Order: sequence, then C-alpha cells, then structure tokens
Amino acid sequence: MKQQIPRILVFIFGIFLIFQFFVPHESSEWVFEYLLDWNIIIGVFALAVGIWSLFKVHVEKIRTHKVGWQYSYITLGALLSMLIFGFTSRNGDEWGWFFVFWLSAVMVLLMIIQAMAAKGNTLMSVILAGAFAVIAVIIGAADNAWAFHFQTAEPLQATMFRRSFDFVLISIHATMFSLLAFFIASAAYRAFRARNVMATLLLLSALIVMSRFNPYLEPIFGEYLARTSNWLMNVPNLAAQRAIVMGVGLGIVATALKVILGIERGYMGKG
Amino acid sequence: MRDVLKLVTVLVLCAWATGAAQVEPPVGDSLPTAPAPPPPAPVTNLQAQDTENDHGHSITLTWDLSADDGAGQRSVVMYEVFRWFPHQMDVVDSLRDAISTAQENVRAFRSDLPRAEHALRELKDDPGKLDRLRFSVARPDDAAFVLTAEYAVRALEDTIAAMTEQGPIIASRIGPMKDQFYRALDQLREVHARFPENGGWRLLGQVGFGINRYENSGSKEKTAPDFYPDYTDLYYRVEAVTADPSVRSEAAQAGPVQSKGQWFHTGKKPVLLFVLIFFVLTVVFVRLAKKGTDLYVRPLSGIEAVDDAIGRATEMGRPILYILGLGTADQVATIASFNVLSRVAKRVAEYQTPIIVPCYEPIVMAVAQEVVKSAYLDAGRPDDYKEESVFYVTYYQFAYVAAVNGIMLREKPATNIYMGKFFAESLLLAETGSLAGSIQIAGTDEIAQIPFFIVACDYTLIGEELYAASAYLGREPILLGSLKAQDWAKAGIIMIALVGMISMIFNWPAFAELFQVVD
Amino acid sequence: MNIFDRLMQIDRRWVFLFLVILCVIAYVADFQIPILIEPEVESIFTFIDTLPKGSVVFIPMDYDPGSMAELHPMTYAIVEQCWRKEIKVLITALSQNGPGMADQALRDIADSMLVPKTYNGVSYPAREVVNGVDYVFLGYKPYPALVILAMGQDFRLPFPLDYYGTPVDSLPMMRGLHNYNDLACAINISGTNATDYWISYGQGRFGFPLAIGVTGVSTAQYYPYLGSGQIFGIMGGMLGGAEYEELADNPGNAKDAMRVQLFAHLVIIAFVIMGNIGFFATVRKRKRQQREGR
Repeated sequence: MKQQIPRILVFIFGIFLIFQFFVPHESSEWVFEYLLDWNIIIGVFALAVGIWSLFKVHVEKIRTHKVGWQYSYITLGALLSMLIFGFTSRNGDEWGWFFVFWLSAVMVLLMIIQAMAAKGNTLMSVILAGAFAVIAVIIGAADNAWAFHFQTAEPLQATMFRRSFDFVLISIHATMFSLLAFFIASAAYRAFRARNVMATLLLLSALIVMSRFNPYLEPIFGEYLARTSNWLMNVPNLAAQRAIVMGVGLGIVATALKVILGIERGYMGKG
Repeated sequence: MRDVLKLVTVLVLCAWATGAAQVEPPVGDSLPTAPAPPPPAPVTNLQAQDTENDHGHSITLTWDLSADDGAGQRSVVMYEVFRWFPHQMDVVDSLRDAISTAQENVRAFRSDLPRAEHALRELKDDPGKLDRLRFSVARPDDAAFVLTAEYAVRALEDTIAAMTEQGPIIASRIGPMKDQFYRALDQLREVHARFPENGGWRLLGQVGFGINRYENSGSKEKTAPDFYPDYTDLYYRVEAVTADPSVRSEAAQAGPVQSKGQWFHTGKKPVLLFVLIFFVLTVVFVRLAKKGTDLYVRPLSGIEAVDDAIGRATEMGRPILYILGLGTADQVATIASFNVLSRVAKRVAEYQTPIIVPCYEPIVMAVAQEVVKSAYLDAGRPDDYKEESVFYVTYYQFAYVAAVNGIMLREKPATNIYMGKFFAESLLLAETGSLAGSIQIAGTDEIAQIPFFIVACDYTLIGEELYAASAYLGREPILLGSLKAQDWAKAGIIMIALVGMISMIFNWPAFAELFQVVD
Repeated sequence: MNIFDRLMQIDRRWVFLFLVILCVIAYVADFQIPILIEPEVESIFTFIDTLPKGSVVFIPMDYDPGSMAELHPMTYAIVEQCWRKEIKVLITALSQNGPGMADQALRDIADSMLVPKTYNGVSYPAREVVNGVDYVFLGYKPYPALVILAMGQDFRLPFPLDYYGTPVDSLPMMRGLHNYNDLACAINISGTNATDYWISYGQGRFGFPLAIGVTGVSTAQYYPYLGSGQIFGIMGGMLGGAEYEELADNPGNAKDAMRVQLFAHLVIIAFVIMGNIGFFATVRKRKRQQREGR
C-alpha cells in the first residue's frame, strides 16, 4: 500500500496534466491553478522540514565537536536573527527594548542547543532557556517601540533587515560569485592545451571568442575576429547546443513517462 | 399738398418695411456650400464567432472590407466596433468599484491604526517629536498653515476615532454589497437576452483600414473590471468611418453569439501525435526488453568509472561525496540523480564506505534520505545507515557552495560525484574538488555548465546521458527498453529534420506546416 | 625543472595574484574602451525605443546578489529608458534573494529620474516615478515555473498583493492588465535557470515577445532560441549591459567594468599561451629524448 498509493497518485496527476496541456477549457484551467497553489504550499512546508534538518545537523556537529563546530552557533544564531529582523519593524524612531528582545531570543536558542548537545545534566540549560523566553515574551508584549508584522511588507524596509541584507548578504554573495573569475582563469590555464586536434580547435575557438570584443585588436585583424567569432557562436555552437537540447528534451519526456507509468521509482526511495 | 405726399410716402415705406420684416430670411451662409459627403459603404458579411482554442470569454469578429476601404472620396480610414451592453452592467461595475474601495479602506485602517495610536502616544509624551512622527497628520489645504503639536494631537485623535468608528461599519457593508454584486451578475444572461431593451451600444475599439478582424476578449474573473460572460447572448456592430468621424457607414450587426471554452486545442495536434507515438514506442521496447531481447546501448566511460571510483574510495578509507545538484525534486535531472544515488548508495553499503550527501533543497533531502536508506536495506545493511550522512545545508546557491567546498577540503573525499542541475557554482565545486585530490564524475543537463565540468572533472555525462545513467548502472530491461525508445525517437526526429530541410530547399513548405504548433 | 616545465606547472596562486593586480589597475585607471554593438542587443533597445507611451514592459529580475555585478547595469539601463519614455514597468523577482535587491534598484533608478537628462540628443525632464502608476513590483514567490504558468492566467493568481502588501487590484497601473496578453514584451534578466522556464513555459505557452539578459556564462546556450525566433534579443553578461548602456547613451557600471574584463581576458590569454609554449617545448624535449634513447 505504501508503494501503491504514491504510484497511483503520480499516474493520475501525471496523465491529467498531460491532457490538461491540450484542454483549454476553463474547468481544466481551474484544476491546474488549484494544483499550482498546492504545489507552492507543499514547498513551503518542505522548507520547515529543511530548517529542522539544518538545526539537527548543526546541533550534532556541536555535540560531537566536529571540525568547525563553533561556526554552527553562528549559523543558527544568524538564522534566528534574520527571522526576527524579517518579522519586526519599529513604530517610531526609538528602538526601545528591541535589542534586549533580540538577545533574549538568541540566548533561548543557545540554551536549547546546549540542552540538546550536552552529554550531562541539561536542567540548568532548560531553566535558563525558559527564563530568557519569559523575558523575550514580556518585552514583545509590553514594548510599543516596535511590533511584529506578519502580513505586511513593513519589516522589509526596516533598518535591521535592510542593513543585514545590503551590507552582509549582498557582499557575501558577490564575493563568492567573484571567486569564479579566478577559478575560470586557473581552469583555462590548465585545460586549454593543444594536446590533440580537437583540443587545438577548442583552444583556437576560445582565443578567437575571447578576443572578439577587444577593440585594440580590430586595427590589426579588422572584422575577421568578429565575423569568425559570430560564425563560431551561430553555426557550430548553435548546432551542438540544438542537438544537446533536443536530446535533453527527449530524455525529459522519456523520464517523465517512466515516472508516470511507474517504471522509474527513484523518487519514492526505491531505485 | 407736398406735405401730405411726404407723409403718405413715409407711411407707405414704413408699412412696406414692417411687412418685409415679417418674412423669414433665407437660411444659409452668404457663400455657397458643398453638399454633405455621402456615407461610405458598410462592411459586409460580418461574422461573430466564438474564438477557437481558448478558455472562453472571447469572440472574434470578421467582415469583408467596405468597398471604400482606404480609397476614393469616401475613403474609410478605420472601423469601429461596438457591443451592446445592458444597463445592468453599470450596476455591476459600480458595485465592484464600491466593494474594492471598501476593502481597501478596511485594509488601510488595519495597518494605519496602530501607527496612528503610536504616533499619538509619542506626541503626548514629547511634543518635540512633531517633526519625527512616522504618521502623516491630516491638515487643511492652506499654504500658510503651520502645524503645531496641539493641532496634531487633535487631528490624530479625530483620525483614530474615525478609523475606529468607520472601520467596522465599512467592513460590515462589504458582505451585503458582495451578495448584491453576485445577484446582479447572475442576472446578466437574462438581461442580455432582452436585447435591445434596457441597454445601449458602447465602443469597444477601433482597427485601421485594411484590417477585417477584431477580437473582443476579457477576464474570466467576475471581480475583474473587464469581466466577460460566457454562455451569454452578445451583439456586435461594426461601422466604417472616414477621416471625418461624423461621416460613417450604416452599422452592420451580428449576433446573438455566445463565447465558451473548447475541450481540445486543435493547434497542438502535432504535439499530441508525437506524445502518443513516443508512448507507443516506449511500451513496445519495454515489452521487447521484458521478453529478453538483447538491446545494445553504447558504453559510457563516466558510468563505467563509478564502480572503480567507489572501489578507490574504499581502498583509501575516504568517503564518497555525492552532490544532487541545485535542482528541485520535480526536475528530471534531479530524479535521474536519485536513481544514480540509489545505485551508488547500494554499492557503498556493500563496501561499507562512508557517503556524504549534502542537499540544497529540503524536499530533495527528504527523498534522498529515503533513497539511501532503501539502498542500505537492499544491500542487507540497514544498521549501517546514518541519517546524518544525508543532510540539508541551505537553499542559497553560494552558501551551499561554500559549505560543500568546506566539506571537500576537510573530509578530503576520494570521489566526488556531481549529478543533477548545476549553475554558476559548478566550476567552484569542481576546481575545489580537484584541489582536494578527488576523482570527479559529473553529469548535468545544464548546457552552460558542461564545458566547466569537462575541463575540471575526470568523467562527464553530457545532457541526456545523465538520464540514461540509471539504466546503465542497473541494466534493468525495462529501463533499457525506454532508452531504446528514446534513441528511435531521436532517429525519427533526425529523419523528419532532413526531409524538412530538403522540402524547404525545394520550396515545399507544406511539410514544415504539418508540424506547426499554434498557441 | 627548466623554464618550460615551470611554464606548464605555474602554481594557480600566481595566476590569481596577477589577475587581481591587473584588475585593480584597470579599474582604477580612468579610460573608456569603445563598445561594439551587436544586433541581438540592438533589437531589444529598438523594440523598447519604438513602444508608444503607456505601454507596459514586464521585467522579471530573476537574479541574486551574486550576479548583481553583471546584471544590474542592464536593469538600470532598461528601466530608466522605459521611465524616461513614460513606458510603465511591471517587475517580479523570482529568486529568493532578489526582491530586496530589486527594490533597492527601483528606488535608485526612481531617484535618478528626479534629475533632467539628455540621452541620444533627446532631453527628458525630471519627473517623479510613482509606485502603482509608473511601476508595480510584485515581489517573490517560490517555484518559478509554477509562477510563470500562473501569471499566464492572471498576475493576481500568484500575486494578489504586491511586494509592499498592497492589493494588486487597487493599483491604477494594474487596471486592465491581467496577463501576458496585455504586455508589450517581457525582458527576463536572470542569473538562474528561470530563463529556461520563461522560454518554455512563458513564451512557449503564451506566445508573448520575450528578450533575455543573462550572465556571460549562460549566453551561448540561448543562441538557439534567438535563431528560432523564440526570443527577439539577448544581452550577454557585462558586455551586453555595456552595449545597452552605449545604445541608451547612459554610461554606467557596465561600461566602466568593460576595461577590467578586457584586461582580465588578456591575462587569461597570456597564461594560456604560456602554458601551451611550455607544453610544446616539453613534448619536443620528450620526443628528442625518445629518439636519442633509441
């Protein structure tokens, strides 16, 4: 039964969605839109599962003192902090007791981690977690300088959220992406060697395309570089890409049919 | 005597002038005027039909052009299209606007009330905060007006009182207005059927000369301003108009016509045919495979290297790192990766080699845990399975890469297997793996990342080879059968493409048109 | 180890160091390099330039801060061009970290509209850009494929409220704007695989004019769609952004960054050539040794 129900559901929904593509009627549209909404809802619940998994893994890392276990505190603390910043916003210009609330919430988290990760007596951690939780709740209820907003976009303009996003997240993401430039340089240096005919063609194509938009080479080579580069992009590159895209497209149709017909059951945990 | 004659003359002149004044002067300008231009010829053969291959809520009008279309003294420059609307539609529109306004007001009150209350509290505590209030105070429209703290306090108190009092009243009116709105909508079919009573013609749009088609469509949502009712008798008129808008032809009328949705999109017939053919091919080859027919598939070095790579990891006593990519669980590349993971996990369980599977997406993690657990069960080693070997990292691309790179440099896996959807991080992963000294096998259908994997990895599966990987590893007849179906379908497409190319060279577009898909 | 062996095995850290130094120098030095315009970028510019006032252009900004350097210049150039020409803009951000960044970009561009400018000889007065009238920012929803399909029915399905929490129906710009049929075009600026969804689920299913702006790495894979007519233009990476800025006569970060990119390419080419010189010399030496060994 555990195996049958998912296969039946996949078959029914798979066949329906295939035929829905060919049926423009409003009723089929209505079911399709309904399924789209459900898909998004399921995805959101899955996020909760993911957060729990993240929490468990890091707590385990702290408990067993694996390499870099200290950073797990930072990871979980940052997770909670952004959650708080994303749901709160000041009502005026004053911060009030907001930072005390934030620290209390972070301390609750740390005490819970301690309680879960500790090998001995956890009573003190639990008591402290409770105490900090009480402090946080009292501040949250009594302090009028800031408020929780769950259904409006006000917190997205709030100072703490914007600063964390603009000055921390954006910078870190841009830094990681910029590493790519260096790795491309070192990979190009290692890989573009004229070992055989095909490798030589690859090397020459790469050099031509890289030099394509170099305005300082134009007086030397004229339009040759631009035209050759355009030909390389629009003829062999296009041909190869179209072939791969067609193959991938067929593979997608085949795999989807296999999943719908129950031939492919990897997604259920059975290969 | 002379005086009498003068008097008589004056009297006669006065009588004549008085009499002449009674005559109506002729109407008209002093200059001669041109005769009024005759109206242009009307359109003919006006047809109103339900638009094809749609979900309804649309009518297409076609007509034969006016004889004076774009030519001659009575040159038609455009066509105006009208539709008959019952007055009931005005009632519906006004109710819709009223409901929308009321809902907006209620929402505004709910979000503004706490801010207004906070501003009032702040101002009462410290009147100096007048310039820094986070709520704008209502003030009179007078440039000379100067806002004081006292005025602001009174204005805020009035605003809060109004919101507190009016909010619930407005909210309570929304329900009855909605009932009225839906009742009015329900009557639309009936009032349309009473054409031409209680309604009038409204201009829908214009098209230029030379154009003999107009599509009138609208929304299926009843709350939308351009809601378009299905299964309702509609009437249309088209008039040919000259450069002088007052000079226009007689109206041609069409109707009643009803719009409705279709149950089959005829423009997508080629797609349906292809799907059915492919389905049949798959079933045929799977049956052949089940009967034991030997189906040849060409060897892939990347797949054959998986076993060696796992053996290498076991000998070195180092773990295997398996990356499922950055796709979601519904993507075919990820599904294919689950299948490969299942085979790899089974071998790993048999050899008792540790496996690390960091996941990018929570659903993928849940499925991967099941896959690996089942693989250990199939290998007869359920107790060796560790749940923390398959874990969620983060849903952010570069944070995930940073975490995985850290795992590579710390754990130093002997083998890295990348199967699934990869994006900009592919080279970051592959180069770091190369730095850590791991053997690397990659497979992705992301065309832009294939070159990076080819350059940095030892073995690469390109595009559809990833989907075929599970068939190769398991050698199950059913999976091999579907692979052959794919190959035959590809061969068919190549033949059709060749024939199509030849037909276009010889100027026979009919063949290409057979495969045209119309949306 | 002779010089040729060393050339074959340069430690990658020297490559990184050289690259960094040259990039910094190129960035700090103040000079412009001429930008050559490609037809696939010009087609996007011309399309927007010929749109009548009041048209609505849809710009899904599906990228994260990581791709910001490459893709932001395109966004800035296109949105400013639209607003200067009084074309309305509808924006979504279907990547997780994109909405905050998109919001910031819109505010920046709106601020720059408060200054009168002259582009390509045409003077544009200063004007205030109003949310809900000149633009609507719908925000983020997960699962881009599903959102793209849903928007084909009605924008309000996945986005009943805009990013700022305002009901979409109450925004003046959204009156009469239901789905892709009501748009002049869509220009997807993406650093993720959302572009694939836009092409197959968006343009493929609903048939609206679509152009794309993608990172340099992904550009090559979308040329087939340009050839087949499924998209009418591509802006590829920083260069695409620089070309658009050149066309719009609105120099920005992309044009500045082109000199850095140019010198980075030259460094990579130099190292590739050095590596190959070392490779050929090593191969010749090995062959000579084999001949002598015989």
